[in-house]
Amino acid sequence: MSKLRYALYTGCTARESTPELLKSTLAVAEALDIELVLLDEATCCGASHLQDFDDFLSLVLNARNICYAEKLNLPMVTICNTCQLNTSLTKERLDHDEKLKEKVNEKLREVGLEYKGTSEVKHFLYALVDDLGVEEIAKKVKKPLKGLNWAAFYGCHNIRPSELQNKSNGGENPYNPTSIDRLIEALGGNSVDYEHKNKCCGFHVELQAPKTANRLSASALTDAIDNNADAVVTPCPLCHLRFDVQQHNISKEAGREVHIPIFHLPQMIGLALGIEPEKLGINHNVTEPDFIS
Amino acid sequence: MEEIAKKRLKFKVFRFNAERDYLPHYDEFELEVSQDEVVLDILNKIKWEHDGSLSYRRSCRHGICGSCAIKVNNKPVLSCKERVFDLVEIFGEELVLEPQDKKRAYKDFVINKSNFWEKYNSVKPYLIAQVDEHPKSENIVSPEEAEKIEDADYCIQCGNCFYACPVVEANEEYIGPAAFVKAYRFTADVRDEDKKERLEIVDKIGPGVWDCVKCFECAEACPKELSPITKITHLHNQIFEEGVAKSNVAVRHAVGFKHSIKKHGILDEGELVRYSEGNFGVLKHLPEAIAMFKKGKIVPPWKMPKSKNLDEVKKLIKSSSTTKF
Ligand code: SF4
Ligand code: SF4
Ligand code: SF4
Ligand code: FES
Repeated sequence: MSKLRYALYTGCTARESTPELLKSTLAVAEALDIELVLLDEATCCGASHLQDFDDFLSLVLNARNICYAEKLNLPMVTICNTCQLNTSLTKERLDHDEKLKEKVNEKLREVGLEYKGTSEVKHFLYALVDDLGVEEIAKKVKKPLKGLNWAAFYGCHNIRPSELQNKSNGGENPYNPTSIDRLIEALGGNSVDYEHKNKCCGFHVELQAPKTANRLSASALTDAIDNNADAVVTPCPLCHLRFDVQQHNISKEAGREVHIPIFHLPQMIGLALGIEPEKLGINHNVTEPDFIS
Repeated sequence: MEEIAKKRLKFKVFRFNAERDYLPHYDEFELEVSQDEVVLDILNKIKWEHDGSLSYRRSCRHGICGSCAIKVNNKPVLSCKERVFDLVEIFGEELVLEPQDKKRAYKDFVINKSNFWEKYNSVKPYLIAQVDEHPKSENIVSPEEAEKIEDADYCIQCGNCFYACPVVEANEEYIGPAAFVKAYRFTADVRDEDKKERLEIVDKIGPGVWDCVKCFECAEACPKELSPITKITHLHNQIFEEGVAKSNVAVRHAVGFKHSIKKHGILDEGELVRYSEGNFGVLKHLPEAIAMFKKGKIVPPWKMPKSKNLDEVKKLIKSSSTTKF
């Protein structure tokens, strides 16, 4: 197989509040011999909020981001579910509406860019499980995740709306997603079966409706804990921020002690590949795992 | 003749009678199912051949009355539309049949849907217009104007989106996806004269669109593929276009992204929270901010990263902005 190469759209969180996500992504890519070219020109995707205010502006900015991947002639990978949603939704709309594409390109041309639609957009998770393959990753495991129960939390914007997401997520079913669970097993861990794995963490209303956000998170985490999870793993930095940084508030809403370490997907993979925890930024996690030496 | 595939499947069926039972239980049935049968065929088979007391709603059997909605392995379905074999493909050979909302069950699959209808009625689900009873000319709606409504008038009020919505469960006030679709059906109708008032209703923090968590469960659940969340986005846009938006934390949060992108290209997370909450409100996030700071999760303002070619971004924001606040 020829070397896998992608343009990496980091999103904002990986450069600010979840530096461990960027660190662990780069470390895992290196260990798996995947080349990632950073898109330093890219802006924020609007995090599924900007389009509520200004839909057209959101389209133009997201199209601009994709342009830079197209310039490199590379498929784009994202490492945040919501970036994935906004980017692929923009792509979908422009690729199926010539008029809209032309309207957007009119603006982009003013700064010397053009959106063509030549780069695919997928989340890094699916670059790993669909392009590289779970078996390939399994071959490189040095420290199997033996004896640990991992609860996969998929995050909405990788699996819904399925009509859109199925174009880049290997046909994952939103009611019964399996990719992360398959990955966990391939890394030697036990994947936890629990009802809330495909539910929402509530991140997007954290400011205006903290009670709702904490309720949704509490249902998810207590479900994972009650099904004997030792840790939760997620491909979405927003879910991670919610569960990791807000765990004390989630506890309050749950009315019981909620205490469980939360990992980014590449952090978990990195541990199994034998990468030092330091390089995976585990020290940045607020919920400290007690099983890593 | 082509042979019809058949399978023996196990069904776990939710049973509850509010007049008699304290807790629900599940009955198990093993049935032979053929490839063309839908979930409603299974319910009928159980009722007609095994247990006549099984209760569920159905009427048209054509996906139009919206009464037969239930959940199978937590997936909202219209019983008369969903093929059993398609469900087996997703969930395997054991299927769990449950009402849309277990807490609201009267008897088996028949639920108390009053919360759905209350919310539905709260958006004034009817055209409000002064009708001239003796018009001198036709009241013409152009095809382009009619298209604005999209497919919002195809809703069959099945409630699948509503009972799949996690916010409906977490926040009793929340109007919910079906009623938002209905609200949009009229705010997008050129004949309607109550657009602003409707937008005021859905703009309220608590019941309104700002409390949507953007999980897309409604889009996934809708048997008519109406994508309620897309209509919710349109309502957000109309709230700004019609000048209904108030300066509150949710509105500033949406607007704040633009300011941040203009300044840095990427988002200034700390500044977004400050801008949204205000200088005083932001203080309540202090405990989290301290925990994050200790873990190296806060970038100080002087180290804030910027996107390359930021001048491009500034130009685009100037040329492509369509709304003001
Ligand atoms: S799970 Fe929460 S944070 Fe993650 S993508 Fe969905 S809404 Fe966003
Ligand atoms: S996207 Fe919004 S309205 Fe739709 S199910 Fe989720 S929270 Fe409810
Ligand atoms: S929007 Fe769709 S799912 Fe919701 S009530 Fe109408 S038809 Fe049913
Ligand atoms: S019976 Fe009418 S929609 Fe199913």
